Amino acid sequence: MPAEVYLNVAVGGVLTGLVYGLMALGLSVIFGVVRVVNFAHGEMMTIAMYIAIVLFATFRIDPLIMLLPIAALLFGLGYVMQAGLINRFITRPEHSQFLLLVAVAIIMINVLLIIFGPDAQNVQTAYSYDSFQIGPLIVDAAKVYAAAAALVVTAALFAFFRYTHIGTAIRACADNYTGALVVGLDVKRLYALTFGLGSACVGAAGTMLLLIFDVTPAAGPAYTLLAFVIVITGGLGSMPGALLGGILIGLTEAMAGLMFSPSAKSMFAFGILVLVLLFRPQGIMGKRAA
Amino acid sequence: MMGGFLSRLVDGIPARGLILLGVLLVALIAAPLFAGSYLLTVLILILYFAYIGQAWNIMMGFAGQLSLGHALYVGLGAYTAAALYVHFGIGPWIGLLVAVPIAALAGAFIGFLAFRFRVGGVYFAILTIAVAEFARVGFDHLTWTKGSAGLFLPVAQYTHNDLWNLRGHPVMFYYILLTATVLALIGCRALLQSRMGYFWQAIREDEEAARSAGIDTFYYKMVAVVISAGMTSFAGVIYAFFYNNLFPEQVFHISRSIEIILGPIVGGVGTLFGPILGAFILTGLAETLSATLEGLGIDLPGAKQVFYGICLLLVIVALPDGVWPWLRKRIGLTERGS
Repeated sequence: MPAEVYLNVAVGGVLTGLVYGLMALGLSVIFGVVRVVNFAHGEMMTIAMYIAIVLFATFRIDPLIMLLPIAALLFGLGYVMQAGLINRFITRPEHSQFLLLVAVAIIMINVLLIIFGPDAQNVQTAYSYDSFQIGPLIVDAAKVYAAAAALVVTAALFAFFRYTHIGTAIRACADNYTGALVVGLDVKRLYALTFGLGSACVGAAGTMLLLIFDVTPAAGPAYTLLAFVIVITGGLGSMPGALLGGILIGLTEAMAGLMFSPSAKSMFAFGILVLVLLFRPQGIMGKRAA
Repeated sequence: MMGGFLSRLVDGIPARGLILLGVLLVALIAAPLFAGSYLLTVLILILYFAYIGQAWNIMMGFAGQLSLGHALYVGLGAYTAAALYVHFGIGPWIGLLVAVPIAALAGAFIGFLAFRFRVGGVYFAILTIAVAEFARVGFDHLTWTKGSAGLFLPVAQYTHNDLWNLRGHPVMFYYILLTATVLALIGCRALLQSRMGYFWQAIREDEEAARSAGIDTFYYKMVAVVISAGMTSFAGVIYAFFYNNLFPEQVFHISRSIEIILGPIVGGVGTLFGPILGAFILTGLAETLSATLEGLGIDLPGAKQVFYGICLLLVIVALPDGVWPWLRKRIGLTERGS
């Protein structure tokens, strides 16, 4: 195969990986602050994807424009989930939280199945088959837009955590739970906000990913797993790590799909995860946990 | 010697509890005489989950190591025994001698990697998922076991039950699984009361403290994983010979791992009877939902799972420690000293 093919696939993988990174960022933010592993993460993303499908089918709104409203909807979903359900589980053991979110995931998958049926759906935008040509490189326009949007959302989230009061307060909760309570922060509300923000990331990522992939109700668990792999590879709780992990996994999947078989690509992602857990359990960008 | 073991085994269990357990056992032994083929299939499913739930509970409930990838051990057991039977005509009981060590080795591999590098908690759980998923995709591409096309065991009409080759009527599988479940219950009770059982519980409650007290935490966690993996693979062998077909997408799938652990969590993690009760509750619930929806004429794919998820949610919100610890108190069966 000519070198251009490899390069094209690699660039495509990196661009998809940026969207993966945004999805994983949501998981990382939630775990980093609330200390709850969101086992319904991928399922929430499929919900976002289906909202985008409905909006596109009814109003013909471009997914790039729908990004913010869908992120806001998912923010609401996440906020309600944390405030109504998960907050009372934060002091319970991991397996208890796990079961709670698995139950939520089962409900989500099957409600989607009832509403939309089992067949794969996607959106066809005006630029679905467009591509940019840069020298020998041919890049899908949809992937470029999706990746750019993912970068913008990520940058906005960085800025939020660094420069706003609420962002700082949330970081305080993550650093020291008791300390945050002592200085009078409303930790439960901040947790709900955080879960909302993490969900908003997923909402934005799902809308973008719809430009690249089809969606089925059953796709949720695979995305949940993918988000875990990325977040642990990059470093749980590290925001740049999630993006880097996303790029790495996106690239790995693309190259594995090209060189071996598309059906074997997730094996390589899991292989990387195992290696990272063994040799750098805190992840590429993570700090060593005590 | 035997009497001493037995009296130690039942020591502390109230007489009423033993009587109830005895009644349940007799009812289960007699059940195939009265149950139709549908009910028998449901009971087989219940016992299957009751047995695996107990195996998982050793790792999580006793030693505090959360595995979300137990489908790996089921799959390894199933595929090893089935492949030996299909390729070399080796019967399942001999196959078991290969399958159990393979699954135990896989468990030891995961345990060694995780515990050596101090990977714990959520990270350990995700490592177990990762290895199971790795195996799923790997078996999809393994031609020796026919890959994603599926491995099929030859099925023929058998006029009698061939226990040696596990070919025969579902009743045979029912009694095998019943025996396995009872033996597992006895084994778990014995393990929990052993020196190692106390070490496990110390590790579960506070690993640092256990280490400071001189417990070799690495060794005892390894033993828990190996026992749990080996026990689980036996269920895999039975699975293979009961269903006669194996697909990596089904056997190793993450949803299989989740199914395995729902029972013990709903029943009560770390309790002896919890996994068994959980299997009855969840399988019973699923079948009742199917029957009810069918009776109402609702034929909507996914409807049953939505109700199932809601019930699961209600149970975990209302009874965070599981049903058995609550029920035990309600019927006055609290063990002395615990």
